[in-house]
Amino acid sequence: MNSDLSTPVITMKGIGKQFGKVRVLENIEFEIFPGEVHILAGENGAGKSTLMKILSGVYTSYEGTISMAGKVIAPATPLEANHMGISVIHQELSLIPSMNVRDNLFLGRPVTSLGFIRDREQNKKALAVLNDVGLDVSADAFVEDLPISIQQLIEIAKAISINAKVIIMDEPSSSLNSKDVEILFSLIEKLKEQGCGIVYISHRMEEIERLANRITVLRDGKFVGTAPAEKLPIPKLINWMVGRELTNIFPRYEMNRGKEKLRIENLTVSDNEKTFVKSVNLTVKSGEILGIAGLQGCGASELLLGLFGGYNKKTAEHIYLNGKEISIKNPSDAVKSKIALLTNDRKATGLVLSMSIIANICMSGLVELSRWGWRNISGEISAAEKQGDALQIHASSYEMEVGMLSGGNQQKAAIAKWMQISPEVLLLDEPTRGIDVGAKHEIYQLMNEWTKQGISIVLITSEMPELLAMSDRVVVMHRGSITAEFSREETDAENILAAAMGKETIRV
Amino acid sequence: MTDSTQTLPLKNKGAFVQFLSSSAGRATIAFVLVIVLGLIFNADGAFFKLGMHRDALRQASVFGILAVGMTVVIITGGIDLSVGSILAVSAVLFSILTIHLDWPAWISILACIIVGAGLGAISGSLIAVAKLQPFIATLAMMTFGRGVAKYITGGQKISTYLTNSDGEVIIKELPGVFKAIDSRIMGGNIAIVSIIFLFCLLVTGLFLSRHKWGRELFSIGGNEEAARLSGVPVKLTKFLAYTVSGIMCAVAGIAQAAQETQGDPEAGGGYELTAIAMVVIGGTSLAGGRGGMGLTLLGILTIGYLEKILSINAVPESGRLLITGVIIVLAVLTQRKNRK
Ligand SMILES: Nc1ncnc2c1ncn2[C@@H]1O[C@H](COP(=O)(O)OP(=O)(O)OP(=O)(O)O)[C@@H](O)[C@H]1O
Ligand SMILES: [Mg+2]
Repeated sequence: MNSDLSTPVITMKGIGKQFGKVRVLENIEFEIFPGEVHILAGENGAGKSTLMKILSGVYTSYEGTISMAGKVIAPATPLEANHMGISVIHQELSLIPSMNVRDNLFLGRPVTSLGFIRDREQNKKALAVLNDVGLDVSADAFVEDLPISIQQLIEIAKAISINAKVIIMDEPSSSLNSKDVEILFSLIEKLKEQGCGIVYISHRMEEIERLANRITVLRDGKFVGTAPAEKLPIPKLINWMVGRELTNIFPRYEMNRGKEKLRIENLTVSDNEKTFVKSVNLTVKSGEILGIAGLQGCGASELLLGLFGGYNKKTAEHIYLNGKEISIKNPSDAVKSKIALLTNDRKATGLVLSMSIIANICMSGLVELSRWGWRNISGEISAAEKQGDALQIHASSYEMEVGMLSGGNQQKAAIAKWMQISPEVLLLDEPTRGIDVGAKHEIYQLMNEWTKQGISIVLITSEMPELLAMSDRVVVMHRGSITAEFSREETDAENILAAAMGKETIRV
Repeated sequence: MTDSTQTLPLKNKGAFVQFLSSSAGRATIAFVLVIVLGLIFNADGAFFKLGMHRDALRQASVFGILAVGMTVVIITGGIDLSVGSILAVSAVLFSILTIHLDWPAWISILACIIVGAGLGAISGSLIAVAKLQPFIATLAMMTFGRGVAKYITGGQKISTYLTNSDGEVIIKELPGVFKAIDSRIMGGNIAIVSIIFLFCLLVTGLFLSRHKWGRELFSIGGNEEAARLSGVPVKLTKFLAYTVSGIMCAVAGIAQAAQETQGDPEAGGGYELTAIAMVVIGGTSLAGGRGGMGLTLLGILTIGYLEKILSINAVPESGRLLITGVIIVLAVLTQRKNRK
């Protein structure tokens, strides 16, 4: 490791923060040195994002001091922090969907002369920035038309283009697939060489292992400690994070497969312009976990969304649930058939951030919770608490707006919403995105529990260990078709990747 | 926006201060300020007379009924510009049916409500099914509705004076229902229109806070795509929102006709803006997803009282408009702090 440990660029001392009556940070010490990757670790709601929002000028009232190269600073806005050389990639995407890539890259600091934007120059710079990140998108493309992983890379490009001294990455990889993660890692290497200090927040242990120079751990808003990476191997790190031993995050494999539950024949998914999925056939047995692997754009997410009735266009298909043909024209049909879809973007398509945790958890199951449409308020509260407790949502009150929860707890709220309808089939698109190790373990255990009750699960995940450990069976998609299928005994990472890249076709 | 409202030194921040920084708190502040204004400029004690308060409520009632429907629409993130025109359609239709055609009151009321609901439903379908922007769809309905009102009246006011085919002017007796709606009960202390208004507010408010539909309106306003993908019947819910607004317009139109003892095809011009102002001053967000009927009641009272106080102090119309404009801006500015 070649980090220069002489003088820190940023020193945060005695940092504390309260929201209302809830204390979320207490007396935190944090230093960033040039040329290092400093991992900030901790469970969901530990206060990692909050600490970084203080550093980057999002929150302006806090206790303690921040100094940069010896001088006390207090960035009052994110833009001011940018000018000081502090740049952030936020956990929740912050691009403007209705604007094009170029304008997003230069938002708040356009290339102008006399106040007019110099289009050609800006375009040139934008292309250079995109090229740096190895991104092959047009600068004119609208952000809302791009897949979430590309959006994430644009966000990274934006942060890098500022020539920052410190770059904060709050779970940057949570919406990237393995190929894009490699791009990200090589960028990080380059930035380190330039002497840039990097704060990296992630719940993925393999990333921490690979990137870390030093690690700081928070637990429940308190400072646990800072240590060089070699002094903090993963088991010890987990111990620091959760305060107990956790030897294996994947629970023991259980086989709960029963008879056929869901059968899809000839499903084609398209919108007005594009065909995402071409006549796919799929069966899922009761209590089975079917993993779907594939690269970005392979059509897996669209397959689940199409099955769920999320596209307005009807497609020639037959769907059988428990042997009976059902018709799903829209999501509410799917919900009535007890099919649940956890989408891969909780902020945009999973939760209503302005509503309470209770309202969100009860959103899909509202019909059953009401009588003649009249709501049963106390019934909703106890239902939400029951689901929330099962998933261990960490919140000061369930009346709180879901948008105020930490990222991982928002994810749990989105899952809780679907458990409330007592689903027969759970379609999970990146279910553990942004969830801490301890909670991941709980969710894997819950998945076993659910399959034991006969719930069928279809699982899309970009985390290979998760796919391998949890799936009874894996199908691989490539360009909208299923190109390979592996039983649990046959699954292995290399074969799956090869099939996902379209290298060989195995009989389905 | 910073998080300044949530992170004041909170140890000594009592429940009262917390209330004041909520939406309801801010709306209450605006209302209290207007009342204080009334106490200071009390027009030689006129402000302390019961009649003044009764009149303030009565005069705010027609707007209030419109604001009730408007709240429902705004919570979905939409807007209804057509309320004034639908009010006019209802006012003239009610007058024609009861005065000219001698229809029984109940049937006429029912007919007006059906027509109002129908016009609202057309806007609702354009928005929910044909996916037109609410602003555009209801702007079109605003024009169309005014056209309907003028077409069925030939542009003339419908009153008890009417000309028969021989060119003779005859005066018909004002139907009882007009007098009934414009009357007062409880020793003349509360107007029937005010009761109608409060009834509309209460029932709609109950649906908003206690019915599944209310919850669905909020979820659509907060995040339509997430609501859709959670199985919320987005189209039906939005459609019903505009239909309810249409019904409220019909009720307001009947009340307006009764108060004016005639049906004026020009009635309700500009009312949509007052109704929107009432909703927004209450603290319901124009972006959708946040708000409520209690807040709207505060907004209605704030504007209602403001108008009344200005008029008892004989402030000329120009001054009234100026002051109302300023108050709207101030109220909304304080509301905005509430959002992150
Ligand atoms: N605006 C807010 N109002 C009230 N509470 C908040 C607000 N923002 C965050 N919190 C609370 O602060 C705590 C810390 O949140 P933070 O987002 O920093 O967690 P985190 O460590 O980033 O977690 P995750 O790994 O899930 O992203 C959480 O309990 C959260 O509910
Ligand atoms: Mg976070």
